[in-house]
Amino acid sequence: MPPVVLAFVLVPLLVEAFWVFWPALQGFYLSLTSWDGLSAPKFVGLGNFSEMVHDEVFRTAAINTVLWLLLFGGLSAALGLGAALLLQQDRRGIGFYRAALFLPVVFSLVATALVWQAMYQPDGLINNVLGAIGLGGWKHAWLADQDTAFYAVIVPALWRQVGYVMVLYLAGLKGIDPVLYEAAKVDGATRLQQFRHITLPQLRSVNAVVLSVIVIDSLRSFDVVWALTRGGPYHSSELLSTYMYSTAFQSLRLGYGSALAVVIFVLAFGVIASYLVRAFREADS
Amino acid sequence: MTATHATTDLKDAEGPAGRAGPAKVVAPHRPAPSGRALRTAGFHLSAGLLSALWLLPIALVLVTSTRTFDDIAAHGVGSRPHSFTFDSFRQAWVDGGQQRALINSMLVTIPTVLLSLGLASMAAFALSRYDLPFRRVLLLLMLGGNLLPPQILLIPVSKLSELLGIYDQLYALIGVQVGFGVGFYVFVLHGFMRAIPGEIQQAAVIDGANPWQIYWRVILPLARPALAALTALSFTWIFNDLLWAITVLRTDTQMPITASLIGLQGQYVSMWNVIAAGSVIAAAPTVAVFLRFQRHFVAGLNLGAVK
Repeated sequence: MPPVVLAFVLVPLLVEAFWVFWPALQGFYLSLTSWDGLSAPKFVGLGNFSEMVHDEVFRTAAINTVLWLLLFGGLSAALGLGAALLLQQDRRGIGFYRAALFLPVVFSLVATALVWQAMYQPDGLINNVLGAIGLGGWKHAWLADQDTAFYAVIVPALWRQVGYVMVLYLAGLKGIDPVLYEAAKVDGATRLQQFRHITLPQLRSVNAVVLSVIVIDSLRSFDVVWALTRGGPYHSSELLSTYMYSTAFQSLRLGYGSALAVVIFVLAFGVIASYLVRAFREADS
Repeated sequence: MTATHATTDLKDAEGPAGRAGPAKVVAPHRPAPSGRALRTAGFHLSAGLLSALWLLPIALVLVTSTRTFDDIAAHGVGSRPHSFTFDSFRQAWVDGGQQRALINSMLVTIPTVLLSLGLASMAAFALSRYDLPFRRVLLLLMLGGNLLPPQILLIPVSKLSELLGIYDQLYALIGVQVGFGVGFYVFVLHGFMRAIPGEIQQAAVIDGANPWQIYWRVILPLARPALAALTALSFTWIFNDLLWAITVLRTDTQMPITASLIGLQGQYVSMWNVIAAGSVIAAAPTVAVFLRFQRHFVAGLNLGAVK
């Protein structure tokens, strides 16, 4: 084996080991400590995790994270597939429609959040529209209300994610052999039956990818919440990721923050593992 | 973006003889042209409405960024504009420190993209073209590092950069972004390079090329489509990052554009014209990349989707 080839692998591997693997191991260790970042970390075993059991903010954040996964994940998958089905047709102007749905994907979540913050203002567009169509009673300080803040934060995240999921599904739809539809038509299958028995099964591998992307993105979601509400009011829009950040870097409870990060890791583990197993098979063939 | 010619042919075609089998050459009992026009109109109505809904927030922010503060204060941020000025951009750019922030973002993004794709292409080359021991394990290990939730790394990485004396410096951000991203790029490029026929490489070997020459002159040029896609994609990812930036940076003048935008939000509370202008400035580079490299960008998103 030529030494230069070995170096080609080792140098990037060492860079990643230095910035990712080694810190990750430390992160797991720190979750078993109590640490203020200045004095030496004190080993407390599973103390941080037993503290979580009684931590109400943690419970809110955990429930919100699961809810986020289901709502944000479910809706972006459904809307993304819907958009892909609508926009897969070869018609004039299709490029424009696709680009319109896709454009938000390139925005940062922070910019996205600020755009929507303006829409959510008491004198903003959403309230104005509600007033104009006679639903003035629904007017709200959307981000300041504990009952609505969480949902108000999901909408911008969705607005940005749908285009991404659409692209994945468009590629998947393109990969379906048209002969299948032709055969189904000859057999007299309705549009719905075609969708149910051809499109959905054929999209299975894309679905798996979309699911992985959504779970990983959901658990990483931070920017949009941080920019809009910082998890407030009264932790009503808190996610595990935002709670972890504020615990670690604002309350300076680095041990407890690490333990929260471990919880996020555990939630993501199944997806990471199945992604790697699939990738392993791919690399095998 | 390319469209799905094959499937749509079927849907719109009138089912001519060649397609629908020999028995179907009877007169088309399809709806008259007016039915088709109706379907087309229905499509454009629904797709147009959807697009308008999606573009509305963008239009709103563009409009808001050109209004004066007095106009917004008097009529509300959701009203029709009563003024037009570019002064908000000057305020965000100069007073709000966005010029500095944009430069910081570029100082981080460009080296990070070059470094991580350079390193990743080397590793992918070695892993895909040579029979290294444990190559699959190494490949998956590297990908696994990228799939980790970044939260588990935040505290150790911030401490690590303190230890190295690069805390609050852009180097720290470049370091962690390269380390965290490289695994994914290796994985994608590995898949791409593996598909390059071995004969091409053998021919180069017979001509006396060493591994470096094969990498640089043969494989890298052939991997250009994948590299272009990853460049477009990683540019937006790194440019748009917030979490790593606020983890390893502290001083306002060091912050990249996303973090600076949050600062702007705090500094210009309810001055929506300035905040909107700031958002436009922060979004402009990635929108430009998208419009210029749309094809590569979309290809990049699909590259990540392993079958």
